[in-house]
Amino acid sequence: MSWFKQFAQSSIGAKSAVALTGLAMVGFVVAHLSGNLLVFAGRDAINGYSEWLHSKGALLWVARIGLLAMVGLHIFFTIKLNLHNKDARPVAYVKKTYTKAKPTSRSMVLSGLVLLSYIVYHLAHLTFRVTNPEFAQLDVYTMLISSFRSPMVSLSYIVGMVLLGAHLSHGVTSLFQTLGLNHPKYNPIIRAIGPILGVVLALGFSSIPVSVLFGLVQ
Amino acid sequence: MKLKLHVWRQKNAKTQGKMVTYDAPNVSPHMSFLEMLDVVNEDLIAKGEEPIAFEHDCREGICGSCSLMINGVAHGPQKATTTCQLHMRTFKDGDEIYIEPWRAKAFPIIKDLVVDRSAFDRIIQAGGYVSVNAGGAQDANCLPVPKDTADQAMDAAQCIGCGACVAACKNASAMLFTSAKVSHLGLLPQGQPERQRRALNMVQQMDKEGFGNCTNQYECEAVCPKEISVRFIARMNRDYLNASICGSGPEKKAGGGED
Ligand code: HEM
Ligand code: SF4
Ligand code: FES
Repeated sequence: MSWFKQFAQSSIGAKSAVALTGLAMVGFVVAHLSGNLLVFAGRDAINGYSEWLHSKGALLWVARIGLLAMVGLHIFFTIKLNLHNKDARPVAYVKKTYTKAKPTSRSMVLSGLVLLSYIVYHLAHLTFRVTNPEFAQLDVYTMLISSFRSPMVSLSYIVGMVLLGAHLSHGVTSLFQTLGLNHPKYNPIIRAIGPILGVVLALGFSSIPVSVLFGLVQ
Repeated sequence: MKLKLHVWRQKNAKTQGKMVTYDAPNVSPHMSFLEMLDVVNEDLIAKGEEPIAFEHDCREGICGSCSLMINGVAHGPQKATTTCQLHMRTFKDGDEIYIEPWRAKAFPIIKDLVVDRSAFDRIIQAGGYVSVNAGGAQDANCLPVPKDTADQAMDAAQCIGCGACVAACKNASAMLFTSAKVSHLGLLPQGQPERQRRALNMVQQMDKEGFGNCTNQYECEAVCPKEISVRFIARMNRDYLNASICGSGPEKKAGGGED
Protein backbone atom coordinates (compact mmCIF):
# COMPACT_ATOMS: atom_id res chain seq x y z
CA MET A 1 0.00 0.00 0.00
CA SER A 2 2.97 2.35 -0.14
CA TRP A 3 1.57 3.77 -3.38
CA PHE A 4 -1.61 4.73 -1.54
CA LYS A 5 0.23 6.50 1.24
CA GLN A 6 2.29 8.42 -1.28
CA PHE A 7 -0.86 9.24 -3.25
CA ALA A 8 -2.87 10.43 -0.23
CA GLN A 9 0.01 12.62 0.91
CA SER A 10 0.53 14.21 -2.50
CA SER A 11 -1.04 17.49 -3.55
CA ILE A 12 -3.04 15.86 -6.33
CA GLY A 13 -4.15 13.00 -4.08
CA ALA A 14 -5.46 15.39 -1.41
CA LYS A 15 -7.15 17.54 -4.04
CA SER A 16 -8.83 14.46 -5.51
CA ALA A 17 -10.11 13.51 -2.06
CA VAL A 18 -11.70 16.96 -1.67
CA ALA A 19 -13.24 16.65 -5.14
CA LEU A 20 -14.62 13.13 -4.62
CA THR A 21 -16.03 13.78 -1.14
CA GLY A 22 -17.49 17.04 -2.52
CA LEU A 23 -19.07 15.13 -5.41
CA ALA A 24 -20.60 12.61 -3.00
CA MET A 25 -22.09 15.45 -0.96
CA VAL A 26 -23.43 17.08 -4.13
CA GLY A 27 -25.21 13.80 -4.93
CA PHE A 28 -26.75 13.86 -1.47
CA VAL A 29 -27.78 17.51 -1.70
CA VAL A 30 -29.54 16.96 -5.05
CA ALA A 31 -31.43 13.95 -3.67
CA HIS A 32 -32.25 15.86 -0.48
CA LEU A 33 -33.72 18.76 -2.46
CA SER A 34 -35.84 16.44 -4.58
CA GLY A 35 -37.25 14.92 -1.38
CA ASN A 36 -37.82 18.28 0.33
CA LEU A 37 -39.74 19.72 -2.61
CA LEU A 38 -42.47 17.18 -1.82
CA VAL A 39 -43.59 19.73 0.75
CA PHE A 40 -45.29 21.51 -2.15
CA ALA A 41 -47.20 18.31 -2.96
CA GLY A 42 -48.92 18.53 0.39
CA ARG A 43 -48.76 17.19 3.93
CA ASP A 44 -49.20 13.53 3.04
CA ALA A 45 -46.53 13.49 0.32
CA ILE A 46 -43.68 14.68 2.50
CA ASN A 47 -44.84 12.81 5.59
CA GLY A 48 -45.01 9.62 3.54
CA TYR A 49 -41.53 10.24 2.19
CA SER A 50 -40.22 10.74 5.72
CA GLU A 51 -41.88 7.53 6.93
CA TRP A 52 -40.43 5.63 4.01
CA LEU A 53 -36.93 6.93 4.86
CA HIS A 54 -37.31 6.02 8.52
CA SER A 55 -38.59 2.54 7.66
CA LYS A 56 -35.13 1.79 6.23
CA GLY A 57 -33.68 1.56 9.73
CA ALA A 58 -30.08 0.36 9.56
CA LEU A 59 -29.71 1.44 5.94
CA LEU A 60 -30.54 5.02 6.90
CA TRP A 61 -27.81 4.96 9.51
CA VAL A 62 -25.29 3.60 7.03
CA ALA A 63 -26.11 6.50 4.73
CA ARG A 64 -25.90 9.02 7.57
CA ILE A 65 -22.56 7.74 8.80
CA GLY A 66 -21.22 7.61 5.26
CA LEU A 67 -22.29 11.18 4.67
CA LEU A 68 -20.74 12.34 7.92
CA ALA A 69 -17.52 10.62 6.90
CA MET A 70 -17.61 12.54 3.61
CA VAL A 71 -17.99 15.83 5.50
CA GLY A 72 -15.16 14.84 7.85
CA LEU A 73 -12.77 13.82 5.09
CA HIS A 74 -13.66 16.87 3.00
CA ILE A 75 -12.79 19.14 5.91
CA PHE A 76 -9.68 17.17 6.87
CA PHE A 77 -8.18 17.43 3.39
CA THR A 78 -9.15 21.08 2.85
CA ILE A 79 -7.50 22.03 6.14
CA LYS A 80 -4.38 20.10 5.17
CA LEU A 81 -4.24 21.76 1.74
CA ASN A 82 -4.95 25.21 3.12
CA LEU A 83 -2.27 25.06 5.81
CA HIS A 84 0.16 23.97 3.13
CA ASN A 85 -0.94 26.84 0.87
CA LYS A 86 -0.47 29.45 3.60
CA ASP A 87 2.96 28.02 4.28
CA ALA A 88 3.92 28.27 0.60
CA ARG A 89 3.73 32.09 0.66
CA PRO A 90 5.16 33.23 3.98
CA VAL A 91 5.64 36.87 2.93
CA ALA A 92 2.59 38.58 1.43
CA TYR A 93 2.74 41.00 -1.48
CA VAL A 94 2.52 44.68 -0.62
CA LYS A 95 0.28 45.02 -3.67
CA LYS A 96 -1.56 42.11 -5.27
CA THR A 97 -4.13 42.37 -8.03
CA TYR A 98 -6.38 39.45 -8.94
CA THR A 99 -7.21 39.19 -12.61
CA LYS A 100 -9.21 36.02 -13.05
CA ALA A 101 -10.24 34.58 -9.66
CA LYS A 102 -13.96 34.98 -8.92
CA PRO A 103 -15.42 36.02 -5.55
CA THR A 104 -16.91 32.53 -5.18
CA SER A 105 -13.57 30.83 -5.74
CA ARG A 106 -11.77 33.22 -3.39
CA SER A 107 -14.21 32.63 -0.54
CA MET A 108 -14.34 28.81 -0.52
CA VAL A 109 -12.96 28.58 3.01
CA LEU A 110 -15.45 31.15 4.28
CA SER A 111 -18.45 29.61 2.51
CA GLY A 112 -17.29 26.18 3.66
CA LEU A 113 -17.04 27.24 7.30
CA VAL A 114 -20.46 28.87 7.25
CA LEU A 115 -21.80 25.64 5.70
CA LEU A 116 -20.22 23.66 8.52
CA SER A 117 -21.97 25.74 11.16
CA TYR A 118 -25.14 25.52 9.09
CA ILE A 119 -24.90 21.72 8.99
CA VAL A 120 -24.45 21.54 12.78
CA TYR A 121 -27.46 23.81 13.35
CA HIS A 122 -29.60 22.04 10.76
CA LEU A 123 -28.94 18.59 12.25
CA ALA A 124 -29.65 19.84 15.76
CA HIS A 125 -32.80 21.58 14.58
CA LEU A 126 -34.57 19.13 12.26
CA THR A 127 -32.78 15.79 12.55
CA PHE A 128 -32.06 15.41 16.27
CA ARG A 129 -34.59 18.10 17.24
CA VAL A 130 -32.65 19.30 20.26
CA THR A 131 -33.28 23.02 19.62
CA ASN A 132 -37.05 22.44 19.85
CA PRO A 133 -37.72 19.27 21.93
CA GLU A 134 -41.47 19.58 21.26
CA PHE A 135 -40.75 18.65 17.58
CA ALA A 136 -40.26 15.03 18.63
CA GLN A 137 -44.00 14.41 18.58
CA LEU A 138 -44.71 16.32 15.37
CA ASP A 139 -44.90 15.10 11.79
CA VAL A 140 -42.36 16.54 9.35
CA TYR A 141 -44.85 18.80 7.59
CA THR A 142 -46.07 20.49 10.79
CA MET A 143 -42.51 20.80 12.04
CA LEU A 144 -41.39 22.58 8.85
CA ILE A 145 -44.30 24.97 8.84
CA SER A 146 -43.96 25.92 12.50
CA SER A 147 -40.17 26.35 12.15
CA PHE A 148 -40.18 28.50 9.05
CA ARG A 149 -42.89 30.83 10.35
CA SER A 150 -40.06 32.32 12.41
CA PRO A 151 -38.25 34.87 10.23
CA MET A 152 -34.98 34.27 12.10
CA VAL A 153 -35.05 30.53 11.45
CA SER A 154 -36.03 31.03 7.81
CA LEU A 155 -33.34 33.62 7.32
CA SER A 156 -30.61 31.37 8.71
CA TYR A 157 -31.70 28.60 6.32
CA ILE A 158 -31.73 30.99 3.37
CA VAL A 159 -28.27 32.33 4.22
CA GLY A 160 -27.00 28.77 4.53
CA MET A 161 -28.40 27.82 1.14
CA VAL A 162 -27.10 30.92 -0.63
CA LEU A 163 -23.63 30.04 0.65
CA LEU A 164 -24.12 26.44 -0.46
CA GLY A 165 -24.88 27.83 -3.92
CA ALA A 166 -21.76 30.00 -3.83
CA HIS A 167 -19.59 27.10 -2.63
CA LEU A 168 -20.83 24.81 -5.36
CA SER A 169 -20.79 27.34 -8.17
CA HIS A 170 -16.99 27.22 -7.96
CA GLY A 171 -16.72 23.77 -6.43
CA VAL A 172 -18.63 21.72 -8.98
CA THR A 173 -16.89 23.28 -11.98
CA SER A 174 -13.58 22.99 -10.20
CA LEU A 175 -13.89 19.30 -9.36
CA PHE A 176 -13.84 18.38 -13.05
CA GLN A 177 -10.47 20.10 -13.46
CA THR A 178 -9.14 18.44 -10.28
CA LEU A 179 -10.11 15.01 -11.58
CA GLY A 180 -8.46 15.75 -14.91
CA LEU A 181 -11.58 16.39 -16.96
CA ASN A 182 -10.87 19.38 -19.17
CA HIS A 183 -11.55 19.30 -22.88
CA PRO A 184 -12.35 22.20 -25.22
CA LYS A 185 -15.38 20.32 -26.52
CA TYR A 186 -16.94 20.01 -23.05
CA ASN A 187 -15.50 23.04 -21.26
CA PRO A 188 -18.50 25.30 -21.93
CA ILE A 189 -20.72 22.75 -20.14
CA ILE A 190 -18.22 22.23 -17.33
CA ARG A 191 -17.88 25.99 -16.80
CA ALA A 192 -21.66 26.39 -16.69
CA ILE A 193 -22.61 23.41 -14.56
CA GLY A 194 -21.26 24.78 -11.24
CA PRO A 195 -23.04 28.15 -11.39
CA ILE A 196 -26.25 26.55 -12.73
CA LEU A 197 -26.31 23.88 -10.04
CA GLY A 198 -25.44 26.47 -7.38
CA VAL A 199 -28.32 28.74 -8.38
CA VAL A 200 -30.81 25.86 -8.76
CA LEU A 201 -29.92 24.44 -5.34
CA ALA A 202 -29.96 27.80 -3.58
CA LEU A 203 -33.32 28.76 -5.10
CA GLY A 204 -34.79 25.29 -4.69
CA PHE A 205 -33.96 24.95 -1.01
CA SER A 206 -34.79 28.58 -0.19
CA SER A 207 -38.19 28.27 -1.85
CA ILE A 208 -39.40 26.25 1.12
CA PRO A 209 -38.77 28.76 3.95
CA VAL A 210 -39.77 31.63 1.65
CA SER A 211 -43.10 29.98 0.79
CA VAL A 212 -43.86 29.30 4.43
CA LEU A 213 -42.88 32.81 5.45
CA PHE A 214 -45.26 34.33 2.91
CA GLY A 215 -48.04 31.91 3.81
CA LEU A 216 -48.04 30.17 0.42
CA VAL A 217 -47.64 26.84 2.19
CA GLN A 218 -49.44 26.46 5.49
CA MET B 1 7.09 60.88 -18.50
CA LYS B 2 7.51 61.11 -14.72
CA LEU B 3 6.92 58.08 -12.53
CA LYS B 4 7.03 57.23 -8.85
CA LEU B 5 8.38 53.74 -8.12
CA HIS B 6 7.93 51.71 -4.95
CA VAL B 7 10.58 49.03 -5.08
CA TRP B 8 11.30 46.07 -2.76
CA ARG B 9 14.85 46.39 -1.44
CA GLN B 10 16.43 43.53 0.47
CA LYS B 11 20.14 43.13 1.01
CA ASN B 12 20.21 39.33 1.07
CA ALA B 13 18.23 36.24 2.04
CA LYS B 14 18.88 36.79 5.74
CA THR B 15 17.93 40.44 6.17
CA GLN B 16 14.47 41.99 6.30
CA GLY B 17 13.39 43.87 3.19
CA LYS B 18 11.22 46.92 2.71
CA MET B 19 9.61 49.05 0.04
CA VAL B 20 11.65 52.12 -0.95
CA THR B 21 10.26 54.96 -3.06
CA TYR B 22 12.19 56.40 -6.02
CA ASP B 23 11.35 59.12 -8.51
CA ALA B 24 11.94 58.39 -12.18
CA PRO B 25 11.71 61.82 -13.79
CA ASN B 26 12.89 61.07 -17.33
CA VAL B 27 11.18 58.01 -18.69
CA SER B 28 10.66 57.62 -22.42
CA PRO B 29 7.52 55.73 -23.41
CA HIS B 30 9.65 53.73 -25.86
CA MET B 31 11.78 52.20 -23.12
CA SER B 32 11.17 48.67 -21.96
CA PHE B 33 10.42 48.21 -18.27
CA LEU B 34 13.95 46.93 -17.67
CA GLU B 35 15.52 49.84 -19.55
CA MET B 36 13.55 52.16 -17.30
CA LEU B 37 15.09 50.38 -14.28
CA ASP B 38 18.55 50.64 -15.93
CA VAL B 39 18.12 54.42 -16.05
CA VAL B 40 17.00 54.54 -12.42
CA ASN B 41 20.04 52.45 -11.52
CA GLU B 42 22.40 54.81 -13.40
CA ASP B 43 21.10 57.60 -11.19
CA LEU B 44 21.53 55.51 -8.05
CA ILE B 45 25.11 54.64 -9.01
CA ALA B 46 25.88 58.29 -9.72
CA LYS B 47 24.61 59.14 -6.26
CA GLY B 48 26.78 56.40 -4.76
CA GLU B 49 23.81 54.23 -3.78
CA GLU B 50 23.40 50.51 -4.31
CA PRO B 51 21.60 49.85 -7.65
CA ILE B 52 18.39 47.80 -7.67
CA ALA B 53 19.16 44.14 -8.39
CA PHE B 54 16.82 42.46 -10.89
CA GLU B 55 17.22 39.49 -13.15
CA HIS B 56 17.42 39.59 -16.96
CA ASP B 57 19.22 37.94 -19.80
CA CYS B 58 17.79 37.77 -23.33
CA ARG B 59 15.51 40.81 -23.06
CA GLU B 60 13.51 39.39 -25.91
CA GLY B 61 10.97 37.27 -24.07
CA ILE B 62 12.51 33.85 -24.53
CA CYS B 63 14.82 33.04 -21.64
CA GLY B 64 12.51 33.34 -18.63
CA SER B 65 14.99 35.31 -16.49
CA CYS B 66 13.08 38.54 -15.99
CA SER B 67 10.60 38.25 -13.17
CA LEU B 68 8.91 41.28 -11.68
CA MET B 69 5.63 41.69 -9.91
CA ILE B 70 4.37 45.01 -11.31
CA ASN B 71 1.43 46.62 -9.51
CA GLY B 72 0.46 43.23 -8.15
CA VAL B 73 0.49 41.46 -11.52
CA ALA B 74 3.28 39.09 -12.54
CA HIS B 75 5.07 40.59 -15.61
CA GLY B 76 2.78 43.63 -15.44
CA PRO B 77 -0.45 44.66 -17.09
CA GLN B 78 0.07 43.51 -20.67
CA LYS B 79 -1.24 40.09 -21.58
CA ALA B 80 1.19 37.43 -22.84
CA THR B 81 4.22 39.66 -22.30
CA THR B 82 7.36 39.19 -20.24
CA THR B 83 8.65 42.06 -18.12
CA CYS B 84 11.48 42.68 -20.59
CA GLN B 85 9.01 43.04 -23.46
CA LEU B 86 6.73 45.35 -21.53
CA HIS B 87 7.04 48.95 -22.72
CA MET B 88 6.60 52.10 -20.69
CA ARG B 89 3.89 53.29 -23.06
CA THR B 90 1.52 50.97 -21.19
CA PHE B 91 1.84 53.40 -18.25
CA LYS B 92 0.74 57.02 -17.91
CA ASP B 93 2.68 60.09 -16.88
CA GLY B 94 2.49 60.45 -13.10
CA ASP B 95 1.75 56.77 -12.43
CA GLU B 96 2.90 55.09 -9.23
CA ILE B 97 4.30 51.63 -9.82
CA TYR B 98 4.84 48.93 -7.20
CA ILE B 99 7.68 46.56 -8.07
CA GLU B 100 8.13 43.39 -6.03
CA PRO B 101 9.92 40.06 -6.40
CA TRP B 102 8.10 36.74 -6.93
CA ARG B 103 7.02 35.67 -3.47
CA ALA B 104 7.04 31.98 -2.57
CA LYS B 105 8.74 29.90 0.07
CA ALA B 106 10.17 27.77 -2.74
CA PHE B 107 11.66 30.90 -4.40
CA PRO B 108 13.81 32.46 -1.65
CA ILE B 109 14.96 36.02 -2.29
CA ILE B 110 18.64 36.37 -3.14
CA LYS B 111 18.69 40.15 -3.30
CA ASP B 112 16.12 42.91 -3.96
CA LEU B 113 14.04 41.59 -6.86
CA VAL B 114 16.12 38.49 -7.60
CA VAL B 115 14.83 35.13 -6.41
CA ASP B 116 16.33 31.65 -6.53
CA ARG B 117 14.28 29.53 -8.92
CA SER B 118 16.41 26.40 -8.81
CA ALA B 119 13.39 24.54 -7.40
CA PHE B 120 12.19 24.53 -11.02
CA ASP B 121 15.45 22.94 -12.17
CA ARG B 122 15.01 20.15 -9.64
CA ILE B 123 11.47 19.51 -10.85
CA ILE B 124 12.82 19.19 -14.41
CA GLN B 125 15.58 16.87 -13.23
CA ALA B 126 12.99 14.65 -11.57
CA GLY B 127 11.41 13.70 -14.89
CA GLY B 128 11.81 16.20 -17.71
CA TYR B 129 13.62 13.88 -20.09
CA VAL B 130 13.07 11.12 -22.63
CA SER B 131 15.21 8.06 -23.28
CA VAL B 132 17.03 8.14 -26.59
CA ASN B 133 18.85 5.19 -28.09
CA ALA B 134 22.43 5.85 -29.04
CA GLY B 135 23.51 5.11 -32.61
CA GLY B 136 22.67 6.48 -36.01
CA ALA B 137 20.03 9.15 -36.26
CA GLN B 138 16.55 7.93 -37.17
CA ASP B 139 14.84 9.02 -40.33
CA ALA B 140 12.96 12.22 -39.79
CA ASN B 141 9.20 11.63 -39.68
CA CYS B 142 9.49 7.90 -39.08
CA LEU B 143 7.30 8.36 -36.01
CA PRO B 144 4.02 9.82 -37.20
CA VAL B 145 2.59 12.46 -34.84
CA PRO B 146 -0.88 13.86 -35.53
CA LYS B 147 -0.79 17.60 -36.21
CA ASP B 148 -3.17 18.26 -33.33
CA THR B 149 -0.95 16.45 -30.86
CA ALA B 150 2.20 18.10 -32.15
CA ASP B 151 0.54 21.51 -31.80
CA GLN B 152 -0.47 20.79 -28.21
CA ALA B 153 2.99 19.54 -27.34
CA MET B 154 4.47 22.70 -28.86
CA ASP B 155 2.03 24.85 -26.87
CA ALA B 156 3.20 23.20 -23.65
CA ALA B 157 6.85 23.40 -24.71
CA GLN B 158 6.57 27.19 -24.96
CA CYS B 159 6.96 27.47 -21.17
CA ILE B 160 10.13 29.45 -20.45
CA GLY B 161 10.22 28.59 -16.75
CA CYS B 162 9.86 32.19 -15.60
CA GLY B 163 7.82 31.36 -12.49
CA ALA B 164 5.11 33.99 -13.04
CA CYS B 165 2.50 31.28 -12.52
CA VAL B 166 3.83 30.63 -9.02
CA ALA B 167 4.05 34.35 -8.30
CA ALA B 168 0.47 35.03 -9.36
CA CYS B 169 -1.08 32.05 -7.60
CA LYS B 170 -2.56 32.80 -4.19
CA ASN B 171 -1.19 29.43 -3.07
CA ALA B 172 2.22 29.80 -4.75
CA SER B 173 1.45 26.61 -6.65
CA ALA B 174 3.77 25.45 -9.42
CA MET B 175 1.18 23.31 -11.15
CA LEU B 176 1.04 25.29 -14.40
CA PHE B 177 4.81 25.07 -14.86
CA THR B 178 5.01 21.42 -13.84
CA SER B 179 2.05 20.46 -15.99
CA ALA B 180 3.57 22.15 -19.04
CA LYS B 181 6.78 20.18 -18.52
CA VAL B 182 4.95 16.91 -17.85
CA SER B 183 2.75 17.41 -20.90
CA HIS B 184 5.07 18.53 -23.64
CA LEU B 185 6.95 15.25 -23.37
CA GLY B 186 3.97 13.13 -22.36
CA LEU B 187 2.04 14.12 -25.46
CA LEU B 188 4.62 12.81 -27.90
CA PRO B 189 5.39 9.17 -28.79
CA GLN B 190 9.00 9.68 -27.69
CA GLY B 191 7.77 10.52 -24.20
CA GLN B 192 5.60 7.46 -23.63
CA PRO B 193 8.07 5.05 -21.94
CA GLU B 194 8.53 7.40 -18.95
CA ARG B 195 5.06 8.88 -18.99
CA GLN B 196 3.79 7.47 -15.68
CA ARG B 197 7.08 7.79 -13.87
CA ARG B 198 7.48 11.34 -15.14
CA ALA B 199 4.13 12.43 -13.71
CA LEU B 200 4.81 10.72 -10.37
CA ASN B 201 8.33 12.00 -9.94
CA MET B 202 7.79 15.57 -11.09
CA VAL B 203 4.69 16.02 -8.92
CA GLN B 204 6.50 14.49 -5.96
CA GLN B 205 9.42 16.90 -6.43
CA MET B 206 7.02 19.82 -6.85
CA ASP B 207 5.40 18.95 -3.51
CA LYS B 208 8.78 18.48 -1.85
CA GLU B 209 9.95 21.96 -2.90
CA GLY B 210 7.14 23.49 -0.83
CA PHE B 211 4.92 24.93 -3.57
CA GLY B 212 1.21 25.21 -2.66
CA ASN B 213 -1.76 23.38 -4.12
CA CYS B 214 -3.81 24.58 -7.05
CA THR B 215 -7.35 25.73 -6.20
CA ASN B 216 -8.38 26.14 -9.85
CA GLN B 217 -8.62 29.93 -9.91
CA TYR B 218 -6.49 30.23 -13.04
CA GLU B 219 -4.56 33.37 -12.08
CA CYS B 220 -1.52 31.55 -13.49
CA GLU B 221 -2.98 31.23 -16.97
CA ALA B 222 -3.91 34.93 -16.91
CA VAL B 223 -0.33 36.10 -16.33
CA CYS B 224 1.65 33.45 -18.20
CA PRO B 225 3.70 35.23 -20.88
CA LYS B 226 3.46 32.13 -23.06
CA GLU B 227 -0.27 31.64 -22.44
CA ILE B 228 0.17 28.08 -21.20
CA SER B 229 -3.34 26.69 -20.76
CA VAL B 230 -4.67 25.25 -17.49
CA ARG B 231 -5.83 22.39 -19.66
CA PHE B 232 -2.34 21.00 -19.04
CA ILE B 233 -2.94 20.99 -15.28
CA ALA B 234 -5.97 18.74 -15.81
CA ARG B 235 -3.80 16.60 -18.06
CA MET B 236 -1.13 16.30 -15.38
CA ASN B 237 -3.80 15.44 -12.78
CA ARG B 238 -5.05 12.74 -15.15
CA ASP B 239 -1.57 11.35 -15.73
CA TYR B 240 -0.82 11.42 -12.02
CA LEU B 241 -4.11 9.72 -11.06
CA ASN B 242 -3.58 7.14 -13.75
CA ALA B 243 0.02 6.48 -12.69
CA SER B 244 -0.89 6.25 -9.00
CA ILE B 245 -3.96 4.08 -9.33
CA CYS B 246 -3.23 1.96 -12.40
CA GLY B 247 0.57 2.15 -12.47
CA SER B 248 3.09 -0.23 -10.99
CA GLY B 249 3.89 1.90 -7.94
CA PRO B 250 6.85 4.05 -6.96
CA GLU B 251 9.85 3.87 -9.21
CA LYS B 252 12.46 1.19 -8.67
CA LYS B 253 16.02 2.10 -9.50
CA ALA B 254 16.69 1.30 -13.15
CA GLY B 255 19.97 0.12 -14.63
CA GLY B 256 20.23 -3.52 -13.55
CA GLY B 257 23.08 -2.96 -11.07
CA GLU B 258 22.81 -2.99 -7.31
CA ASP B 259 21.09 -0.04 -5.64
C1 HEM C 1 -18.86 21.22 5.93
C2 HEM C 1 -18.14 22.25 5.72
C3 HEM C 1 -17.35 22.47 4.45
C4 HEM C 1 -16.13 23.05 4.42
C5 HEM C 1 -15.35 23.58 5.62
C6 HEM C 1 -15.71 23.08 3.04
C7 HEM C 1 -14.53 23.62 2.58
C8 HEM C 1 -14.07 23.52 1.30
C9 HEM C 1 -12.83 24.05 0.82
C10 HEM C 1 -11.87 24.89 1.67
C11 HEM C 1 -12.68 23.68 -0.48
C12 HEM C 1 -11.49 23.93 -1.36
C13 HEM C 1 -11.71 25.18 -2.11
C14 HEM C 1 -10.66 25.46 -3.11
O1 HEM C 1 -10.14 24.55 -3.76
O2 HEM C 1 -10.41 26.65 -3.25
C15 HEM C 1 -13.85 22.95 -0.86
C16 HEM C 1 -14.10 22.43 -2.12
C17 HEM C 1 -15.29 21.82 -2.49
N1 HEM C 1 -16.39 21.60 -1.69
FE1 HEM C 1 -16.53 22.04 0.26
N2 HEM C 1 -16.68 22.51 2.26
C18 HEM C 1 -17.73 22.14 3.09
C19 HEM C 1 -18.93 21.56 2.71
C20 HEM C 1 -19.24 21.18 1.41
C21 HEM C 1 -20.54 20.62 1.02
C22 HEM C 1 -21.73 20.45 1.95
C23 HEM C 1 -20.41 20.33 -0.31
C24 HEM C 1 -21.40 19.73 -1.25
C25 HEM C 1 -22.67 19.68 -1.10
C26 HEM C 1 -19.09 20.71 -0.75
C27 HEM C 1 -18.60 20.56 -2.02
C28 HEM C 1 -17.35 20.95 -2.46
C29 HEM C 1 -16.85 20.75 -3.78
C30 HEM C 1 -17.58 20.08 -4.94
C31 HEM C 1 -15.55 21.29 -3.80
C32 HEM C 1 -14.62 21.37 -5.00
C33 HEM C 1 -13.52 20.36 -5.06
C34 HEM C 1 -12.51 20.71 -6.13
O3 HEM C 1 -12.14 21.85 -6.28
O4 HEM C 1 -12.07 19.79 -6.83
N3 HEM C 1 -18.39 21.22 0.32
N4 HEM C 1 -14.69 22.85 0.25
S1 SF4 D 1 3.87 28.18 -17.24
FE1 SF4 D 1 4.02 30.30 -18.03
S2 SF4 D 1 4.20 31.56 -16.18
FE2 SF4 D 1 4.67 29.45 -15.57
S3 SF4 D 1 6.89 29.25 -15.74
FE3 SF4 D 1 6.05 28.57 -17.71
S4 SF4 D 1 6.05 30.42 -18.98
FE4 SF4 D 1 6.32 31.14 -16.88
S1 FES E 1 14.94 38.71 -20.01
FE1 FES E 1 14.67 36.83 -21.11
S2 FES E 1 12.53 36.61 -21.03
FE2 FES E 1 12.77 38.56 -20.15
